[in-house]
This record gives sequence, C-alpha cells and structure tokens, in this order.
Amino acid sequence: MLKLPIYLDYSATTPVDPGVAQAMIPWLTERFGNPASRSHAFGWEADAAVEKARENVAALVGADPREIIWTSGATESDNLAIKGAAHFYKEKGRHVVTLKTEHKAVLDTVRELEREGFEATYLGVRENGLIDLDAFRAALRPDTSVVSVMLVNNEIGVIQPIEDIGAICREKGIIFHVDAAQATGKVEIDLAKLPVDLMSFSAHKTYGPKGIGALYVRRKPRVRLEAQMHGGGHERGLRSGTLPTHQIVGMGEAFRLARENMAAELPRIHALHDRLLAGLSSIEATYMNGDLTPGRHVPHNLNVSFAYVEGESLMMSIRDVAVSSGSACTSASLEPSYVLRALGRDDELAHSSIRFSLGRFTTAEEIDYAVDIIRRGVGKLRDLSPLWEMAQAGIDLSTVQWAAH
Amino acid sequence: MGYSNKVLDHYENPRNAGSFAQDEEGVATGMVGAPACGDVMKLQIKVGKDGVIEDARFKTYGCGSAIASSSLVTEWVKGKTLDEALTIKNAQIAEELALPPVKIHCSVLAEDAIRAAVDDYRKKHGEAK
Repeated sequence: MLKLPIYLDYSATTPVDPGVAQAMIPWLTERFGNPASRSHAFGWEADAAVEKARENVAALVGADPREIIWTSGATESDNLAIKGAAHFYKEKGRHVVTLKTEHKAVLDTVRELEREGFEATYLGVRENGLIDLDAFRAALRPDTSVVSVMLVNNEIGVIQPIEDIGAICREKGIIFHVDAAQATGKVEIDLAKLPVDLMSFSAHKTYGPKGIGALYVRRKPRVRLEAQMHGGGHERGLRSGTLPTHQIVGMGEAFRLARENMAAELPRIHALHDRLLAGLSSIEATYMNGDLTPGRHVPHNLNVSFAYVEGESLMMSIRDVAVSSGSACTSASLEPSYVLRALGRDDELAHSSIRFSLGRFTTAEEIDYAVDIIRRGVGKLRDLSPLWEMAQAGIDLSTVQWAAH
Repeated sequence: MGYSNKVLDHYENPRNAGSFAQDEEGVATGMVGAPACGDVMKLQIKVGKDGVIEDARFKTYGCGSAIASSSLVTEWVKGKTLDEALTIKNAQIAEELALPPVKIHCSVLAEDAIRAAVDDYRKKHGEAK
C-alpha cells in the first residue's frame, strides 16, 4: 500500500534508521554518564561507546579512529576545517580557493575569512557541474593555503574528482578540505588512499540523528587546526564541549549500517533513479541538470527543469510528493538556485527546477506515483503558462523583450 | 510555506484561464514580468461597445500566489469600465488573498497586468491616456 505523502527529499535529511534509534535510547536514560568522567563506571562505559562509534565512522571512510573529531554537524565541521586551517597556516598564505557550487556552510565560512582579511577565489564549474582542473590549477597562487571542494553536490548530485584535486594540492603543499556530507554511504571513500587533509561528515544525511557530525583531520602528514570552540579541551583541544553520547552512538551505528548496506543499496537506488529518469524524460521539454554519467553522479539525486513551469507552483500541484526546488519562490531571496546558475542554466530553467532525492526507504511504487502526479501537474501548469503557449506558437522566448520588474 | 485557502482555491480552480484570439473584436492583451524573474502574467480583456469589460482571460507562469493573483483579477475586472479597472490596487489583491510579505510582488504584477491590458486597448483604439 502506498502511503502518502511520499518523501523524495533525502538530500535535505533522512529518517533515522529504526536500528539507529534503538541503539541511541539507552544512552539517554540509564547509561547517561559523561564520557569525560574518568573516575567512575558511568563515564567509562560512555567513553567506550563514544570510541566504538568513532571506529565505525572511521571504518566507513578508511580513516584511523584518532583522525575523527566529533562536531555538531557538517556545518560546524566545515567551519572548523576551513577557518581552523586558514588561521593556523596564515603565515604561509592568506588565499583560499573554493567552488561557486559549494554548500553555504563552506561559502559563508570563506566569506567570513574574507571579512577577516583573507582573499578568496570562487571558481566556476563546467556546464555539467564538475570542476575544470585546468582552471583550478590556474587559480592557485603561491599564497594559497586552503582549498575546499565538496565530494557530492547537494543540489545536482555530481561527484567532484577529489583525487585529482587533492593530488594538485599535495604537489603545491596546500591544505585540502572536502565536504562529504552528501557522500557517505553513496560513494566509496578511502582516506587511506585519497590525498585529502580534512573531510566533513554529517549523520543526518546518512540515516543518523540531526545535531551530530564529524571532521576527519589527517595525522600523516599531520594537519594542524586552530580550534574554533574553546573550553574543556575535549577532542584533543580541537573542539571543546561535552560529548553527546547518544548522538555519537547514533552516528556510529548509522555509519556502520551504511558500510554494511552500501553494496546492496546502491544497485537498488540506481534502478529507482533510472525508473524516475525514464518516467520524467517522457515529459516534453524537460532538462536534466548536472552530469548524469555514472561515476560522476550519485543515483540518489535527480535534478530536473520542467521548462515553462515555475518550480514552486509545480510543488503545489504535487503536494503529496515532498521534493525541493531551485525556484526563487522557495526562498526569501528572490534569487533562483546559485548552483544551477553556476552551470550556466538560464534563470528560467533554474526557476523551473525540482530536486528529487531518493533513499533507503524509496520504493518503485512511490517513483511511479511521483512520475504520474508530476506529469499531470506539468500538464496543468503548462496549460496555464503563457510561455508554453508562446513556445507552442513557435516564438523564441529569448528574443522577446520582457518588461522586467 | 503555508498558503491561504483563497490562494489554494484559485490555484486549484483557476477562474477564466485561457486565451482570446488576438484579433478578436475588443480584445486587448497585457503581458508583464519576465521568465528570468520567475513570473510572467498575460491578462486579456474583452471590452464591449459600451466600454465595459465583458470578459477576461489569463495565463500565468509563476508561483501559486502569482497564479491566484491573476485569476482573482480576471474576476474583478469583469463588468468594470477601463477607468474603474485601473482603480484596482495591489494592496486589495494582497489583502483578499492574504498574501505574505514575500508574495506582495505577485499582487503588484497583477496590478501591472491590468494597466498593461488597458494601455493596449487604448493604443489599439486610438484613445489618449
């Protein structure tokens, strides 16, 4: 039986896996000790649970547990990594390089560094959403100290070639940070091999609880950071604050499940993605945003522009299907998605975009239902659309003089 | 984002959606907005010999509030003279539909659409403004 509404917004957040929720509960009630309490069993067992979770997080990404620092989420990890490294290495240089398509947690952190007097380059991407390595190399300067590029893009699902980017950074002695919030459980990550210095993780995008994340800090060669949160010296002084045992246990269990399920989950999601893609492609005048080549794109994401239909009104007509849109109307800013604009998509197609994101609990029936309701919604809104009417009459919309407002 | 019941009603059951033939007697068209801004409204009025708007049609590319604003305006202009139609203000539209502040521009666009349609009629019929 199909249960409504249908959730196709897994890139926004995921439900906590029932097994994860079960694992967390005892650490809220009877096993409530402070992991920093060294003098009694309450503290010891909490500490053991925290360390077990650290091993599980490290194991998913091929890291040493000692390289994992707990934070409140990927936003904090991005802040600690980028500001922490930029501050620590400021004698080396005060120039930071990132991409225009990064998450706001990275972009706004780099903006803050600019306010502090650092310089920044926000590199554009190619039409398929991927970095241009030649342009990247050209953007690096002798005083570039930190580079930050995400692994999987949250809006369009493209996978950036972090191995190649990291190799260039190594060659030039630049600290390389990767936001992997959208990547865990979706792509293979092996930090034992990847030339990455810092990597941000989030639990709630991978079936763990909100409010917990981690930062990978490489030990060999050692990467140094200036702490952003001061206090009791937790997490080797890099991030003070009492550790939330239950959250950490939840993230550990979520990452353990991700490692266990990935091999079976990926082909299943791939099949669902292809089903969705086939269904939506059969609707006239739809455009897929971002590179869809396997290996450059996670199947969990499909970002589609339905030309001549505005994204928010489409979401209204498919209210039983939870998705998100790059339309300006979904934000207060009146600006359409900056990610789609960076791909060179014109504003109209950015306003017309819908992001579908699939996950562990998505079914084929849900995909079929979604395709059907979207087909009807697009049809209804195109009947109402003056742009569709003009396009049908053979008018090239780019030649029309619009009364801009 | 929450929508008022009136916005939802106009969105679900748009009034007077569609188009008149451009060359039909008494028809004038106002098109405002731009695709790059996320909303375009086309408002058509059909003016009788007595100078009263007999009928109206709209097509809108835009969010639900933009669709509702233009749908509402087609109802309001009917039975009005051109001068009376021009007295419809965006604040009345916003109030009727209970638009939140971020959606006020939709009602402004609907007011602009009325003005553009009336201008078009007057231009076609050689009337001075």
